[in-house]
Amino acid sequence: MRGEVLLTIRDLRIEGRSGDTWSEIVKGVDLTLHKGEVLGLIGESGAGKSTLGLAAMGFARDGCRISGGTIDFDGIDLRKASEGERRALRGKRIAYVAQSAAASFNPAHKLIDQYCEGPVVHGVMARDKAAADAVELYRRMRLPNPDEIGFRYPHQVSGGQLQRAMTAMAMACRPDLIIFDEPTTALDVTTQIEVLAAIRDIVRQFGTAAIYITHDLAVVAQMADRIKVLLRGVEVEEADTRSMLAAPREDYTRSLWAVRSFARPEQSQATGTPVVSVRNITAGYGTVDVLKNVSFDIHARRTVAVVGESGSGKSTTARVITGLLPPREGEVLFENKPLPPSFKARSREQLRQCQMIYQMADTALNPKLRLRELIGRPAQMYLGLKGRALEERVRELLAMIELEPDRFIDRLPGELSGGQKQRIGIARALAAEPKLIICDEVTSALDQIVQEGILKLLDRLQSELDLAYMFITHDLATVKAIADEVVVMQSGLVVEKGPKSEMFRPPNEPYTDLLLSSVPEMDPDWLTRLLASRSGQA
Amino acid sequence: MNGGLKTVGNGGQMSDVWRMIGRRLLFGCLTLFVISVVIFGATELLPGDLARQLLGQSATPETLAALREQLGLNAPAPLRYWNWLTAALHGDFGVSMANKRPIADLVSARLGNTLFLALYAAALAVPLALILGVLAALWRNSWFDRAANSLALTSISFPEFFVAYILVLWLAQSGLFPSMVRITPGTTFGARLYMSFLPALTLTLVVTAHMMRMTRAAIINLLASPYIEMARLKGMSPLRVILRHAVPNALAPIINVVALNLAYLITGVVVVEVVFVYPGLGQLMVDAVTNRDIAVVQAVALIFASAYVLLNLIADVLSTVTNPRLMHQR
Repeated sequence: MRGEVLLTIRDLRIEGRSGDTWSEIVKGVDLTLHKGEVLGLIGESGAGKSTLGLAAMGFARDGCRISGGTIDFDGIDLRKASEGERRALRGKRIAYVAQSAAASFNPAHKLIDQYCEGPVVHGVMARDKAAADAVELYRRMRLPNPDEIGFRYPHQVSGGQLQRAMTAMAMACRPDLIIFDEPTTALDVTTQIEVLAAIRDIVRQFGTAAIYITHDLAVVAQMADRIKVLLRGVEVEEADTRSMLAAPREDYTRSLWAVRSFARPEQSQATGTPVVSVRNITAGYGTVDVLKNVSFDIHARRTVAVVGESGSGKSTTARVITGLLPPREGEVLFENKPLPPSFKARSREQLRQCQMIYQMADTALNPKLRLRELIGRPAQMYLGLKGRALEERVRELLAMIELEPDRFIDRLPGELSGGQKQRIGIARALAAEPKLIICDEVTSALDQIVQEGILKLLDRLQSELDLAYMFITHDLATVKAIADEVVVMQSGLVVEKGPKSEMFRPPNEPYTDLLLSSVPEMDPDWLTRLLASRSGQA
Repeated sequence: MNGGLKTVGNGGQMSDVWRMIGRRLLFGCLTLFVISVVIFGATELLPGDLARQLLGQSATPETLAALREQLGLNAPAPLRYWNWLTAALHGDFGVSMANKRPIADLVSARLGNTLFLALYAAALAVPLALILGVLAALWRNSWFDRAANSLALTSISFPEFFVAYILVLWLAQSGLFPSMVRITPGTTFGARLYMSFLPALTLTLVVTAHMMRMTRAAIINLLASPYIEMARLKGMSPLRVILRHAVPNALAPIINVVALNLAYLITGVVVVEVVFVYPGLGQLMVDAVTNRDIAVVQAVALIFASAYVLLNLIADVLSTVTNPRLMHQR
């Protein structure tokens, strides 16, 4: 089934600049891609996947430079070619699909104008022909209203639809090669399936070769013919998808598999007074009800996972519990006593009991404060610690989150990795000595290996400190790993709630089944089978 | 997953824009009202009054009192403010107390001259600033960028009168351009352009830097955006990336800085008009202040304030209609 060779990369070296020094981020990688073949590139962030993908277009981001090796695309040496020659290839013979379609579409132009730009500027077809072609590709990408959707601006279209529109745009000049750079990472599992299926179909229909970059093994298993594993700029191994899934050769590859196996032991049944009870909450913004009659309890030493796709009301529930959004109806009880609806009316003691950890540790930490102040401030404010006692407490908290106090106490958030920043978010929440911690998608922005570290830490802290967790997530693998109870939400309603063991055992509500069945599995035939079974039902 | 397509037509959004314009107009009027109070109050605080100015040092208290009565200067301040404001709203700014001509006549001819000079300078400065700004962004950190930036900074750093005298030294003393502007009703358009060239050039040099640097900064600010990288990966040329992909998203700050500088061209020209003896509002203002001709000062100040309010209103509306996210709701 292999055609002729389309892309050959030999001993590619790419350097990145930090300050005045250049350091290698891709260290001599070889890559061969045949016509019509899909190669999966997989690895944690910082492995050099995107940099390598862009280099296949002869492109290096600002602050990066290609310092060695050869890139041969269909007989053209991309390193020796002039910038004009490379430009003539980009968008025409090699196209790119970015991770965040919402950020990668120009907000000032309609989708169809952005579609037509490539074919018109590259002289492939005239504007009106390109516009007709756009509608045809929108239809093939199974976008709703393909005749009209192109006349919308990007902000008027949902994320999953934008991602499909971007794939259609990449196809505009019928390129020989498309680089997909984590195209579904930012999407919900249910939306992800639609996008994956559409991408796979169109790539097969046109016989386009593709490099599919992702950190999600289960996703790449559906898309790729071959998989290449990268670690810190070096190839770990490369093999056919099926043989790699069946028998990974290297330890590192096996460790990527192992991540999903973390699961904490099942806890005993909930007993005693719940720490927090949400009672019949209806709440919303403006005239729209985002939450409708939501009720559930959270007990000490237990983790309640709230799952659902984006827009289902998970984060709004957290805002109601913390008092940021007073509900229209219903109440929040803390140890059976009602809390004032607004945080403004709550006492400092009531505020202390419930802390939050956010998804984006980057934006949730003040970049100008050292860790000493970041962590010390809640301890100072809620518990009145000062001087030596405060210093001791900050050091103790740093030790708890497994960061060496002497090395870290005077650092700024900018000097930490993503996982370390999230640990600081945890320490800051712990500093208040709360009974409940609300974790809002705390691992979504992290790699799987880093995720596992955070989940294990949260688990350990829970048993040491008798904490109750409300864990908001759209990732069911995380739910499987750490939840005791699960609350499934859809459009502001609680669809189903109960212990985890029941949730992952049928029968379930149809929506729960849809969510469960949408989690990609490490089986190359999973997507095909799932689509077949779903179309069979319909 | 998504049912019916939301209407793409913008009928509903147009009415939003009109509502926004209406609201801004209302606030503009409110601002002008506050400004009129401030202007009136400030002129009240000036020492001496017109009666003393007209009669000179030798006036007796009796003659002063009689003249004040005749000019209506004895009425309580709020009443005089009310009379002044209602008359001004009808286009009647009163009579110049210094030379007894209606202020409306005095001002309208001068206003025309000032607007002519402002438009002249704008016609030179705005395209120049935008083109230089785009080119500086395109060739950022090149010798062109550095040269354009240092020239712009040099010209903005010198006081206007200094720039004006340098230009007179170079371009007027050699006889190329006149250093004084004498406009009569019979002057042709071409002659006006020729005569006003030096003041217009002075103003251009003063305002270009600000607009150019803002244009450059607004564009460069966007160049790290994913959609700019996307445009480059679609194989678009650097110039097209900037003109088609960066500039439309940088319009709001550019429009605002242009409006601010246009307002300056109308209201900030006092020094330049005096240097070139240009018969504009600025010179009228200076003369009126020297003569204690309070009514003229008030009228000119009110016109200056209106120019600021109006130009800012236009900038706000343009920033809104050029932003699809505001024009086309979800």
